[in-house]
Amino acid sequence: MKPENFSERKVDVDGWQVNLTTYKLGDKWHTKADNVSPGAALARVVADTREDAEARALLRAKELLSRTKRHTV
Amino acid sequence: MSAAYAHPEVLVDTEWVASHAKDVNVRVVEVDVDTKAYEEGHVPGAIAWAWNTQLCDTVVRDIAPKPAFEALLTQSGIGNDTTVVLYGDNNNWFAAWALWQLKIYGHKDVRIMNGGRKKWLAEGRDLDTGATPGPSATPGTSPYRASEPDYSLRAFLPQVQQAQKSGSAVMIDVRSPQEFTGEILAPPGLPETCQRGGHIPGARSVPWGKTCNDDGTFKSADELQKLYGAQGVIQSKPVIAYCRIGERSSHTWFVLKYLLGVNNVVNYDGSWTEWGNLVGAPVEKGAAKAVGQG
Repeated sequence: MKPENFSERKVDVDGWQVNLTTYKLGDKWHTKADNVSPGAALARVVADTREDAEARALLRAKELLSRTKRHTV
Repeated sequence: MSAAYAHPEVLVDTEWVASHAKDVNVRVVEVDVDTKAYEEGHVPGAIAWAWNTQLCDTVVRDIAPKPAFEALLTQSGIGNDTTVVLYGDNNNWFAAWALWQLKIYGHKDVRIMNGGRKKWLAEGRDLDTGATPGPSATPGTSPYRASEPDYSLRAFLPQVQQAQKSGSAVMIDVRSPQEFTGEILAPPGLPETCQRGGHIPGARSVPWGKTCNDDGTFKSADELQKLYGAQGVIQSKPVIAYCRIGERSSHTWFVLKYLLGVNNVVNYDGSWTEWGNLVGAPVEKGAAKAVGQG
């Protein structure tokens, strides 16, 4: 099996940069959301469409990022 | 004329892996941050190691103990003369962590697939799905015999404390700028794992990601030399790399040691989860000072 339609893009989620990586494998779409810097995975979703996979990954990323506290330096 | 990597033999490209992954004397191993990635699809013939259970001591905070490491390699069909090719997600974070441990235990021929999992996917190359091939995939492999650990590749806390006090080493903090300044205590979205934010006083900030191109491959030797040279990294002075738990810094350790040929570089795998939790340890907050300002 070969991955198809690989794409990568950065989106802003509540002031945090999130990297969305999506590709199609067989008849499913796979999306991973990571936090760009440093790049740790926040969500991995498999769905029937690209839109659904990315929307669900972003939702989960948003939920996790909302827990991150910014400290005064 | 462009400079070459100091040890180009430690890198293979995706095409090489596609051609050699199933060679009898080659073992391709995927090591991911996200240990579920392998099941989704992997390089045909590759096996997987889990960084959080197989490449560490699961009781004491430490690297994999020698007997466990020997058992892992034997079960993986790896002999002392096997060419081990590592790759993974996040531009090879934990692939570098695995390479660091393989070098600590004296494995001779270990390489990184340049670009890692991301490049393989982006190129639309074949993926296998399903479980790891059986442990006896290489028939007749003898039990693996690891060398005694070479701790000249690793920094422990007393060495780092001494270096911090004396200024005898260049300290490279490879975390994100926000972790370096102390604005956040862990990568965004992950649980906080330290009591204090900031960095080891005197450390330089060189986030690991600056060593990679957009496609996940390593930047050229010239670009890497420029990046680290600007932070005072020179051949004659020891370098200590650290991050939060030691995997990002093993990536930087790999770049410095094998791509730039810096001999005296060590990975401080205790990193910020050790230093940032120490009672009484000196901590600096805010942006890095300019090189030369201490």
